[in-house]
Amino acid sequence: MNEILPETRGTSFAPSTNRHGRWRSFYNRLSKNKAALVGGYLVVLCVITAIIGPYLTQYDPAKVDYSIRLLKPSAEHWFGTDHNGRDIFTRIIHGMPLTLSVGFFSVLVGAVFGIILGVFSGYYGGKWDAVIMRVVDVMLAFPGILLALAIVSVLGKSLVMVVIAVGIFSVPTFARIVRGSTLAVRKLEYIDAMRALGASDRRIIFKHILPNISSPIIVQATLRIAIAILTASGLSFLGLGAQPPTPEWGAMLNDGRNYMQEHPHIALIPGIAIVVVVLAFNLFGDGLRDALDPKANK
Amino acid sequence: MFQYIIRRLLQTIPVIIGVTIIVFLLMHLIPGDAAQVIVGEGVPQEQVDQIRENLGLNEPIPVQYFNYIGGLLQGDLGDSIRSSRPITDEIFTSRFWITMELAVYSTILAVFLGLTAGIISAVKRNSAADVGIMIIALFGLSMPNFWLGLILIQYFAVDLGWFRPSGWGTWSQNVLPVITLGTGGAAIIARMTRSSMLEVIGQDYIRTARAKGVRERVVIYRHALKNAMIPVITVIGLEFGGFLGGAVLTETVFAVNGMGRYVIDSIRARDFPVVQGTVLVLSLMFVFVNLLVDISYRYFNKRIDLN
Repeated sequence: MNEILPETRGTSFAPSTNRHGRWRSFYNRLSKNKAALVGGYLVVLCVITAIIGPYLTQYDPAKVDYSIRLLKPSAEHWFGTDHNGRDIFTRIIHGMPLTLSVGFFSVLVGAVFGIILGVFSGYYGGKWDAVIMRVVDVMLAFPGILLALAIVSVLGKSLVMVVIAVGIFSVPTFARIVRGSTLAVRKLEYIDAMRALGASDRRIIFKHILPNISSPIIVQATLRIAIAILTASGLSFLGLGAQPPTPEWGAMLNDGRNYMQEHPHIALIPGIAIVVVVLAFNLFGDGLRDALDPKANK
Repeated sequence: MFQYIIRRLLQTIPVIIGVTIIVFLLMHLIPGDAAQVIVGEGVPQEQVDQIRENLGLNEPIPVQYFNYIGGLLQGDLGDSIRSSRPITDEIFTSRFWITMELAVYSTILAVFLGLTAGIISAVKRNSAADVGIMIIALFGLSMPNFWLGLILIQYFAVDLGWFRPSGWGTWSQNVLPVITLGTGGAAIIARMTRSSMLEVIGQDYIRTARAKGVRERVVIYRHALKNAMIPVITVIGLEFGGFLGGAVLTETVFAVNGMGRYVIDSIRARDFPVVQGTVLVLSLMFVFVNLLVDISYRYFNKRIDLN
C-alpha cells in the first residue's frame, strides 16, 4: 500500500548546478504564495516568542495564589487566571518553548533515524531493503497515536519520554519517503557515472543523494512538526506527558476541563494556542511543498 | 486477482508477527523490575513474586514469547491484573464493538464530508467556496480533537441540551463523539480529494473528453472522479487507523467505555497486560482494514501493478 505518497509525487530530482539560482527561484515561488508567507511569519513569530517571551512576562508561571483564582481576562491578566490563581498568559508564553522544542526534537529524532533507514534501504536495496521495509510496515501497523502511547506507558510519564515516543512514531514516515526519493535519485545516470569514476558509496550518499532528496525531507519535517505537536499535546492531555505544574498546553487544557461550565477560558485558551502553532507549521509546510515542488498542485 | 489476495495475505503474516513481538516486548521495556512497577512500592515481597510468577516473567524471554503466542492462538490475551478477569472477555463483550462503531461512523462522516468538500473545491477552483473550504480544512487539520470535543460538549450538550455529554449507544450520545473524531479525517480527505481531482482534470484524456463534447457533469463524475479516487482510497484506509488511535482521546473526553478509554485507565493503573492486549487488538484490526483497502484498490484499479 501507499505506493502513491502525496509528498513524493512529482518531485524533481535534477542535480543542481547553480545553488544560488535554485534558492532564488525557490524564494520567489515561496513569496508568491500568500498562505505560505503567513505561515512562515507565524512560525518566526512563535520562535521569537519562545526565545524572548519568558523574559518579558511579569508573573511567575507556577506561582499559586488562591486570592486571584479563576479571574476572567482583564487588563491585568490578559488571558485571566486558572484554578490555582496562575496567570494564563504567562503560562501560555512559557509553554511556547516547550511546545516548539517537543515538536522540533521529536521530528529530529524521527528524521535522523528515518533518513538512515530510508537511505540504506533505497541505496543498497536487496535483503536490507526487504528487512528494513518490513520493520517499517510493522511500525505503521500501530494505529495513530497508539505506538507513542504504548511507549510512554512503559517508559514513564515525562516530556522527554514524549519526545522519544513521538520521535519513534515519526520514523516510519520518514523512512518511506526517503527510501522512495533515494530510489529515484539512484537511478539517475549521473550517479552511475560517479560510480564508474570510482566515487565511494559514502561520497555518493553524502555529496549527491542527500542534497538531492533534501526537498521532500524538509517539507515532510515541517508538516510533521505540526503532527508531533498535536500528538504530544494529546499525550499530555491524557496525563502521560508533562506533569504539573509544567505550563504545557495539553496539560493546561486538561486542568481546564473541570471548569468548562463557569470559566471556559481556562481550557479554550491553551487550545487556541495549539491551533495557532500547528496551523503555522501546516501553512508553512504546504507552502514549502508548493515552492520546492513546482509540479505538484498545478 | 485470487493470486494477488493470497500473496497479500502472506505478506501480512510477517507484519502480524512483528506486531506481536513489539507488543510482547513492551512489558520488558519497563525500566527496572516489571512486577515491582506493577504492584507499586510498599507491597510485601511475596505479592511481587506472585505477580512475577503469574505473568511468567521468571522464564527465559524466548520461552515467554512462545507462551504468549500460544495463548494468542487460542484467543487468550492473558488476565487483567486489576480485575483478574480474562482480557479477551473484557474487550470483546462490548468495548471492542463500541470502538469499532465509533471508528466506522467517524469514517463514514469523514468520507462524506471530505469527498463532498473536496469535489466542490476542485470543480470550483479558486472560487470563494474553494478558498473557504480549504481554510476550514486547514483548521480541521490543525485542531486537537480533544479540544473540539470539550467545546462541543459545552455548547451543544450543556448549553443547548441537544445531545448527551457522555456515554455511547443512543443517537444523542453518539453524535458529538463522531463529529469530534471525524472532522480531522474529513479535512485530510477533502485536501487529498481536491489535489487528486485537480491533477486528473489536468490530464489529456479529460481535455479529449471535453473536446468530444461530453457534458461537463459527465466529465467530472464519470471520468475525473473515478480516477481521482485511487489515492483517496488509501488515505481513507489510513484515516480509519487514525480513528482507532484517536478513539483514545475522544473516548476519554466523552467517557465512552470503549477500548481507548480502557487503555488509558489501564496505563494509569499500571495494568500492563491490558495495555498489551488492547494495543494488539487495535493494531491487528488496522492491519486487517489495510488489507481490505489494498484488495479493493486492486479490484477497482486493475491497471496498477501493486507488486
